[in-house]
Amino acid sequence: MDEFWLAMVTAGSLIWQLDGDLWEIIGLSLRVSLTATGIAAFLALPLGALIALGRFPGRRVLIVLFNALMGLPPVVVGLVVYLMLSRSGPFGVFNLLFTPTAMVIAQVILVLPIIVSLSREILETLWQEYHEALRSLGASPGQSLFALLWDGRAMLVTALLAGFGRAVAEVGAVMIVGGNIDHVTRVMTTSITLEASKGNLALALGLGMVLLLLSLSINIAVYGFRYIGGERRLA
Amino acid sequence: MKLRFIRCLLIAVLVLAGRQVAAAAPFIILASTTSTQNSGLFDHILPKFKAASGVDVRVVAVGTGAALRLARNGDADVLLVHHQPSEEAFVAAGYGVARHAVMFNDFVIIGPEADPAGVAKVKDPAAALRRIAEQGAAFVSRGDDSGTHKRELSLWAKANVDVAVHSGTWYRETGSGMGATLNTAAAMNAYTLSDRGTWLSFQNRQGLKIVLQGDQNLRNQYGVILVSPQRHGHVKFRLGQQFIDWLISGPGKTAIGGHRINGQQLFHPN
Repeated sequence: MDEFWLAMVTAGSLIWQLDGDLWEIIGLSLRVSLTATGIAAFLALPLGALIALGRFPGRRVLIVLFNALMGLPPVVVGLVVYLMLSRSGPFGVFNLLFTPTAMVIAQVILVLPIIVSLSREILETLWQEYHEALRSLGASPGQSLFALLWDGRAMLVTALLAGFGRAVAEVGAVMIVGGNIDHVTRVMTTSITLEASKGNLALALGLGMVLLLLSLSINIAVYGFRYIGGERRLA
Repeated sequence: MKLRFIRCLLIAVLVLAGRQVAAAAPFIILASTTSTQNSGLFDHILPKFKAASGVDVRVVAVGTGAALRLARNGDADVLLVHHQPSEEAFVAAGYGVARHAVMFNDFVIIGPEADPAGVAKVKDPAAALRRIAEQGAAFVSRGDDSGTHKRELSLWAKANVDVAVHSGTWYRETGSGMGATLNTAAAMNAYTLSDRGTWLSFQNRQGLKIVLQGDQNLRNQYGVILVSPQRHGHVKFRLGQQFIDWLISGPGKTAIGGHRINGQQLFHPN
């Protein structure tokens, strides 16, 4: 149990001092995971809407496929992206291995299925609820989609947060494609792994608590944003 | 519609990549082992090399087997590992230019204070391992194709013990780095083989101590290799060679020898 108290104290002093190195690591974690979530959302929301509202052959297969891909092991994604970006791989010439960009690519792959599946589920439910009304109002497909997206925005933000949570917490993929290089690709989770392997359990746990606080403050910010926006679905 | 998304995605990726390139000083990628990183060696010597040369060394620390594979794929410029036969094979196959001996320390057998297998009573590491096997005392292996793992396996072979058949009983393979393996050994109060550097810097020892050390068979030699620019045209061979020349010269040796933990020197330059 002593380790836990020590970790609390360590976390407290880490936050209190907040030295340049820790800032850098927190900043990179945020930059990589927010960029990945952003790009993934940009691709996944239209894709989720297409699967939710569209009727085309293979639609059910896509639904099951994206649901299954939510369970992709990060290490496997890391390995595949490594093989793609390796100098001996097909995209080696871009020289992206061991850069934050490589980490973003891996996390986009991890986050995409989560946002596709959750947004598809949300939009499908709303569509069942509203499509009669929308049709009677004579809304075009574009207008209908916009109305659904707007009405479901609170739940869609939760889908994005789930994706961000996956990105910022995973270590398997960023460790392989980023390489945990000090001052270049070291993020919160790879630091925690490194400190744990040095036997600095208190420091590792302390960093874990800082990561949790980071995640908490982002969620508080989003919640507050929705509250100020007067979102009625807020429960 | 779709094309526009793809175009935006590409632009986003390129902007990120562009920022990366613009921010970077000249650098090389060094594929190395967890033992050198966990012991804090790089934090000690790399700032000195940076001051002397202006070159950043970006360390990717993995097991020796994985480091060799990275270098073979051309994903590193310089290789610093500790398994001489693999290093020589790497150069012989044309992947590396030449191997230089850099530094050495030694492996130590770590075990519980009580030493239930009586390892401390013998001097020879192979005999010590045979005692552990005969007693069926818990032993934690790296199991990750690292330099330390390869050495451990060669010691078991010398002891005439086939550990593969005992895997999962008293012989436990973690498949992870030295630090993680020491954490496991500490939790199980088990024996393990470690390099001295990682052990000295390891914080979570609990009831473990060194039970055997100082035998010739436990010498741990590190070698450095420049990845061949003939094999991989993009290798930064000038900067890589500059780093190697510095490592095996006076200032590099002084830096390596000057890395101490609690007054103990971790690596001895060749």
